[in-house]
Amino acid sequence: MIRLEPRNEVSKALLYVTPVIAIGVTILAGVVMFAILGKDPVRAISLIFLEPLTDSFALSEMIVKATPLILIAIGLSFGFRAGVWNIGAEGQFTVGALAGGAVALALYEVEGFWVLPLMCLAGVLGGMAWAAIPAFLRTRFNANEILVSLMLTYVAVLLLSVLVYGPLKDPDGMNFPESRMFHPAATVPILIEETRAHIGFLVALAAAAVAWVVLGRHVFGYQVKVMGQSPRAAGFGGFVENRVVWMCLMISGGLAGLAGLFEAAGPVGQLVPALPVGYGFTAIIVTFLGRLNPIGIVLAGFVMALTYIGGETAQIEMNLPSAVTGVFQGMFLFSLLGIDVLTRYRIRMFRSPRPGRTAPLAARTVPVAARTGGE
Amino acid sequence: MKHVMRILAAGAIVAALSVGAPGGAAYAAEKVKVGFVYVGPVGDHGWTYEHEQGRLAVEKAFGDEVETTYVENVSEGPDAARVIQQLARKNDIIFTTSFGFMNPTLKVAKRFPKVKFEHATGFKRADNVSTYSARFYEGRYVIGLIAGKVTKTNTIGYIASFPIPEVVRGINAAYFAAKSVNPAVKFKIVWVNTWFDPGKEADAARALIDQGADVLMQHTDSPAAMQISEEKGILAFGQASDMIKFGPNAQLTSIIDNWGPYYVARVKAVMDGTWESQDTWDGFAPGMVEMSAFSKRIPEDVRAMATKARDDIAAGKLHPFTGPINKQDGSPWLAAGETASDGDLVGMNFYIEGVEGSLPK
Repeated sequence: MIRLEPRNEVSKALLYVTPVIAIGVTILAGVVMFAILGKDPVRAISLIFLEPLTDSFALSEMIVKATPLILIAIGLSFGFRAGVWNIGAEGQFTVGALAGGAVALALYEVEGFWVLPLMCLAGVLGGMAWAAIPAFLRTRFNANEILVSLMLTYVAVLLLSVLVYGPLKDPDGMNFPESRMFHPAATVPILIEETRAHIGFLVALAAAAVAWVVLGRHVFGYQVKVMGQSPRAAGFGGFVENRVVWMCLMISGGLAGLAGLFEAAGPVGQLVPALPVGYGFTAIIVTFLGRLNPIGIVLAGFVMALTYIGGETAQIEMNLPSAVTGVFQGMFLFSLLGIDVLTRYRIRMFRSPRPGRTAPLAARTVPVAARTGGE
Repeated sequence: MKHVMRILAAGAIVAALSVGAPGGAAYAAEKVKVGFVYVGPVGDHGWTYEHEQGRLAVEKAFGDEVETTYVENVSEGPDAARVIQQLARKNDIIFTTSFGFMNPTLKVAKRFPKVKFEHATGFKRADNVSTYSARFYEGRYVIGLIAGKVTKTNTIGYIASFPIPEVVRGINAAYFAAKSVNPAVKFKIVWVNTWFDPGKEADAARALIDQGADVLMQHTDSPAAMQISEEKGILAFGQASDMIKFGPNAQLTSIIDNWGPYYVARVKAVMDGTWESQDTWDGFAPGMVEMSAFSKRIPEDVRAMATKARDDIAAGKLHPFTGPINKQDGSPWLAAGETASDGDLVGMNFYIEGVEGSLPK
């Protein structure tokens, strides 16, 4: 019989090494997978993980991909440290894009330096408003914010559909479900000429820097940490749990909304039903791969962006199925959580089975590992 | 203005770079490179599958003279432009095969003026961007005739994707035909808001069957509804591709999209240096739309009627939308004997009289 027992000491260095080990394990698993598929594993891996790093276009596209991932993941890291599980960043992303995009369309062809900032504000508020629903339901009725935020994602995507089929539809668009293209004043400025990398990336880096200061130096960061590690102690300490829940959801919702607006006003340039492509969910992996640490999240955002771009390159060059990207992203999270369990727990073998004890322990392992993932 | 300059500059650089690249007629000896962007997986057994057949037809027609590449499962959101641009850097002609690729295709086309682009089902063109689509409604008219004749419950289930003109046109064509042979017929329409989601499509099929539909039509890309129909012992029409494998008893016929000849012709035009931007909208006549074999479960006289309708449409003797036809609200659309103009069809955003429910807004 196998049982997991907590280790007495968890090496701090190991915490930062495990994501690297997880990447290694994932690549190894990838080699096996490609070998079984009958594809040249070395070529496939180098196409996915190295090729994009040698090409300036691919690098610029990695910035395009990493921008929303980092922005959303930075926001999520607050909540995940405090045990506030916002799984619905995808929905907040969508509503943020919708709110900011609606402003752009309402001010169609209005010139002015203030148009874009106003759109950003609307994007942030849109994301916050969507996150306020799970915040309110949790603080008022103790409703599970995981379920509420997740379910609201589907509502948000349908809301986007309804609006681009209706009031936000391009009047000259032959009834196709798309908005107009935003006019230049309502478009995010480009960071590097001739690419799609936009200034949203600088905002994402700034958000990471601010988060680093707040989490490390500010009393709110301390409250978040205590609440995550010991909610009871937080209560004794006089922290108001509801306030932390609200703050965490507002931060993550606002940043997700801003990411959505940047996506709509940046690479896409209009509102389309297919705008949400799963950044809100991938950002959850980024958050954990980055160890809930702002610097880690920036790096993890790029690793994740690399899997997208590399996956496409491999598809074009080697005809690998597009599912490769998703498989790699899933394996990252899986091996990270798996290695986390092994660093925190030791496996003990027993001769006689002990029904009733093993199952709940094992079931508790993963959430525990995830919850204390931050340093 | 600055923006325009930037694009011009980009164009100049690209033009300078592509002098040495394949593409010009001067380099006809080199392989012509053809890229395809698919919205679904090549194994969807529907829309994308048929475009993939078109790609294979190009390979077959030109052998060593071409090199083709495809990217599948490309979302119609922010990723589309990158994929198209990646392909544009290496290819001479690129087919983007879903409506949502329209703006990304145009954006990339501006940056790569030497590359030819072909966008399916869109309406925006440029000097190096053509559009093409098929008159699927001709096939819808034929299946409408059959459905009206074979239904016992007088209830036809219709799984619709998005309320865009192409889909609305399909519903109207099928309903108009069914009604013309069976005045009691009713259509139940479910909007699933996706092109490809076997789970949702199957759920929609079940819901329609529960509501009494004994014949299903679909404007989505997977054979899920066909499988459910087979399972429940009702009848169904396949979409985009012959779905007989998934409903050997259920399938009455399928509307088949046949892109191969068009793709071959366009690639040939690139080889010959005769490629020009144009808009193509073909139906039965040149074989861009086809019907798969009619099932033996269709009574012989109905089969004959359907065959005649198909041949008459192909010969230009019959137009699926021939008046008198009123709009759903009772206002007149086509006078007696009048046929619908392409302009009306392209932007069709209304149901015709008799269709129940309202278009999702």
